[in-house]
Amino acid sequence: MSALLEVCGVTKKFGGLTAVNDVSFDVGQNEILSVIGPNGAGKSTLFKLISSFLRTTSGEVLYEGKRISDLKPHVVARLGVVRTFQETTIFKSMTVRESVIVAQHLRAKASLAGYFWGTRTARADIAAFGRYADELLEFMGMSAMAEELASNLPQGHLRALGIAIGLATDPKVLLLDEPFAGMNPEETMRTVNLVRSVCDARGVTILLVEHDMPAVMNISDRIVVLNFGEKIAEGTPSEIQNNEKVIEAYLGSADDEVGI
Amino acid sequence: MNGVTSKQLIGFGIFLLAIFVGVPIVIAATGRWDFYFTLTSVALLSIASAGVWLTFYIGRINIGQGAFALIGAYVSAILVAKAGVSFWISLLVAGLFAAVVSVLIGLPILRLRGVYFAMITLVLTQVVTLVALALPITNGAKGITSIPLPGGISLLGLQILPPFDSMADTKLAFYIMASILMVLTYLALWRLVNSRLGHICRSMQQNEELASSIGVNIAYIRIIIFAISSFFGGIGGALFGSISQSVYPSSFQVTDSVNFMLNCFLGGLGYVFGPMLGTLTLYFGWDLLFTLGKYQLLVYSVLLILVIRFLPNGLLSLRLGKLGKGGGK
Ligand SMILES: Nc1ncnc2c1ncn2[C@@H]1O[C@H](COP(=O)(O)OP(=O)(O)OP(=O)(O)O)[C@@H](O)[C@H]1O
Ligand SMILES: [Mg+2]
Repeated sequence: MSALLEVCGVTKKFGGLTAVNDVSFDVGQNEILSVIGPNGAGKSTLFKLISSFLRTTSGEVLYEGKRISDLKPHVVARLGVVRTFQETTIFKSMTVRESVIVAQHLRAKASLAGYFWGTRTARADIAAFGRYADELLEFMGMSAMAEELASNLPQGHLRALGIAIGLATDPKVLLLDEPFAGMNPEETMRTVNLVRSVCDARGVTILLVEHDMPAVMNISDRIVVLNFGEKIAEGTPSEIQNNEKVIEAYLGSADDEVGI
Repeated sequence: MNGVTSKQLIGFGIFLLAIFVGVPIVIAATGRWDFYFTLTSVALLSIASAGVWLTFYIGRINIGQGAFALIGAYVSAILVAKAGVSFWISLLVAGLFAAVVSVLIGLPILRLRGVYFAMITLVLTQVVTLVALALPITNGAKGITSIPLPGGISLLGLQILPPFDSMADTKLAFYIMASILMVLTYLALWRLVNSRLGHICRSMQQNEELASSIGVNIAYIRIIIFAISSFFGGIGGALFGSISQSVYPSSFQVTDSVNFMLNCFLGGLGYVFGPMLGTLTLYFGWDLLFTLGKYQLLVYSVLLILVIRFLPNGLLSLRLGKLGKGGGK
């Protein structure tokens, strides 16, 4: 398995607090890799480091062998590594379809001035954006709410919209931060299948942070476990479920809803 | 998102008729020739306000447009009065110069948000005033006076526009000129807002982090928008200098910058044509309250607060509904 994304000894300190401590792992092409760990373990911070939303204190992240850490988020997105947000982060006063259209920024062929003057390339782009938005919403099972204002969506659909916005950029690697949060079991199951097909049908490599253990065990090819910023285990779901250190970390934490 | 409805086209036609036919007829009938000057001022001030509105569109409160108007006014005045350049060229240069200055200022300050950005822009007008007082080329406190009227335009030996001083009615000429530029400004603004750049601005206004996660270079877009905004400011200022034939360090003050911002609030931040209506209302509102004497400012302020409190989306939210709405559909 050749690594698509390599996390190499990444450390992030916030003042005296080491949120991520010398973490290394590889992600293979078309893999679904989950990062789990108790609250405050540094999972979101790790995602922000990979997507260059935060600068590393030391270490680096390589994508296709090239360094992508300590750049700008839009540069990393342009290379194909795109993140979604743990908090519900959407364009509140856009409709679902508008959000998915604006998110296709990186697919644009015309220049910004081209759109202003309405050049042929720009008009072709606009038509293509619309078509792709419809296709994507169909794929996400969100066609019925295409014209709905994003802020009017229920929690479960907000998450799905967050994923749709990420997908609209045509990512190679998609980092999903707690994509199933706030979803009922049925919605979670549907989204698990959706993420699977994003990976299989669209060839997108997926990294995900999630607290919903059944979902994680179901969806992941491999799992990396963080605790207090350090990687304490890495392996397949069944390896992780039987790992002493992992069980200890979870039992030791106050977070007993996790239940491995 | 694109395309123009027939209702919008009819509205625009009526608007053009009102400006270019209606107003001259009414003024001729009533003999209130001074209205030309008032309306010309409204037109040029609403060009500058359009720029402020655009910075609002990326979620930045801009209280510094007076600075760029003053820069534009001086650039044009110096070029026309001292270097003998055609006013029409100076107009463009004034806008571009203001835009370049705004890029230099914007690079460090545009990453600031909310009050922090607003406070810094609030200082800009004063800074430009002080610079104008200090520099030799701007003549200090004496300012630049007796600026020649705009010359004519000829293309390939053909005269398209006669020089203003050869015209019988320069007031009317200035009014028409300012109105045309205002219409062009708002058409450009409308087009921009409804084009991809506008959609991106809207995404940034709603969530900059999410916008950068989809690959938008938010720092670059902010600079572009601030530059366009200041371009409009420079154009408005240059027009002002030409119409009043003089520019002083006090031609645009901090209160003017505040007014540009209020024009946008009043008209409605959600509507492209909001700042135009806001400028008109504020300009005439202030004059109408003149009869109140020393209570003018008090009543004016209370009215403004009431409008902002009870019409958070501005005057245009009262009736126009979707017509002329920015961004939406
Ligand atoms: N910008 C920041 N400044 C200072 N400390 C931070 C910052 N971001 C995160 N932290 C701290 O770093 C640690 C790791 O936070 P992080 O958000 O990565 O945890 P997490 O694993 O995602 O937790 P959760 O499961 O609750 O989302 C926490 O102690 C947090 O308080
Ligand atoms: Mg987190």
